[in-house]
This record gives sequence, structure tokens and C-alpha cells, in this order.
Amino acid sequence: MNNERRQILKGAGAAAVVAVAAGAGLLKPGNVFAADWNKAAFEAKDVATAMAGIGATGAAESDQIVVDAPNIAENGSRVPVKVTSKIANTEHIIILAEKNTNPLIADFALSNGADGFISTAIKLGATGNVRAVVKAGGKVYTAAKEVKVTIGGCGG
Amino acid sequence: MSGIRIKAAMSGDNAVVKCLMQHPMETGFRKDAKTGQLIPAHFINHVTATVAGKTVLDAQWGGAISANPFLEFRVAGAKSGDQVVISWEDNKGEKDSADATIA
Repeated sequence: MNNERRQILKGAGAAAVVAVAAGAGLLKPGNVFAADWNKAAFEAKDVATAMAGIGATGAAESDQIVVDAPNIAENGSRVPVKVTSKIANTEHIIILAEKNTNPLIADFALSNGADGFISTAIKLGATGNVRAVVKAGGKVYTAAKEVKVTIGGCGG
Repeated sequence: MSGIRIKAAMSGDNAVVKCLMQHPMETGFRKDAKTGQLIPAHFINHVTATVAGKTVLDAQWGGAISANPFLEFRVAGAKSGDQVVISWEDNKGEKDSADATIA
């Protein structure tokens, strides 16, 4: 019996089954969310890696995005941030804090009539830019606002 | 009882949806003041919202959304009486969901 040949055939068969299953969409993660959590981008420790991880490298500065946050945050553990995008068909609003240990904070995918608007509250570890990235029509845009932090909100 | 509170009301042609979620949102970088040990990461990492059964928001979060997260979004084309459903899942696989009717 040619065992090596058996192994190769078994391997090929299994690979083919996986390929067919993936093609049929049977291997999607078993949750209701559109995409898996973007671990590489969220765990990135610098802005460039985080921006690359969300496909936003080289995003164009845009005055059509307004980042509304306080000039000075006395308490970095709860800093209100509103992002308004006037860019037509805004599909994603992404929020980063450039000086946080992990700069990427949140990625909001908008659909079915959701406006280019998100309001939330974030933690800021230190004085720095709060950056918004907007994806629309296959392009990426960005704008930022500096927030001075008196007491950092990331603990430690 | 859900730990999500939702307020949804029409403002002109848009539904304005505001919600508060109960969650500690631990980054994993914070130390316990007594023991000096790092407090394990425990944060919501996925949030979805539907209006009248259609997904309007599908978000991924890290640990730097503030504890007991606040979220507001606006939806064009929604109408009074539509149902809003907001759901989250965290990095430990815990889940919560709540619904409200647009006023």
C-alpha cells in the first residue's frame, strides 16, 4: 500500500471540501455581524499601523468632516466626540485617538439611510489628535481635532 | 431586563436614536489599585442596530469607548412607529439586546 499517496489524496479531498464550503458561504462566522473583529487594527500600537489596518493609509484631509470634541478634557475617561460627515454616501465613520496605547477606537459601518453622523464618548490617555476617517465611494477621507487632556483616562 | 436604554424619536425627516449600554469597558491596561494586577480586558467589540428590520449600523469597538457607552446615530427614511433594535457582543462572548419604537 502506498501510504504517502493515500495521505496526499486525503489532503486534496479535504482541501477541496473546504474550498467548496467557503465558496458556498458556509464557513462564515456564526454571528450576525458583517465582519470579524479587526484584531490587527484594534491592537495596533501606532497610528500608521492602525490606519493601514482599516485601509485608510493615505486618506485625504477633508473639510467635509467635522470632529466635534472639547478643546480641553478635564477627565480623559469620558470625552464626548461627535463626527459629522457631509461626504455623500458615507459608508464608514472611524474614530482614532492618536496618542492612545491602541489608537483605533471604533469603526461604524453605516447603511440603509443612516446619516454620516456618530456621537459617542471615548477614553483619551493623553493630549493629542482625535481623528475621524470616513470611507465613501471607495475613497478615504480624514480630519482631526486636538484635545488637551488634564487627567488621562486609560488608567495604569 | 436589558442593560441597554434606547430613546428614539423623529426630528424632521430623520430618526434620532440615542442609547446607553451598561458595560465596564475594561481596556486590559488598567491595574487593580489594591492588588497591582492588570484588570483583564472586558469590552463590547461589536454593536449592531436595525430600524424596521434593516441594518443601519454595524460597528466594531475597541476598549477605548468610555464605560457605560453612549451612542447616538441618525437615520433618514425612518418613520414614527418603526422598531429599533440595538445589540452588542463583548470580547468574552456576552451579549445584550434591546428594542424601542420610534416616537
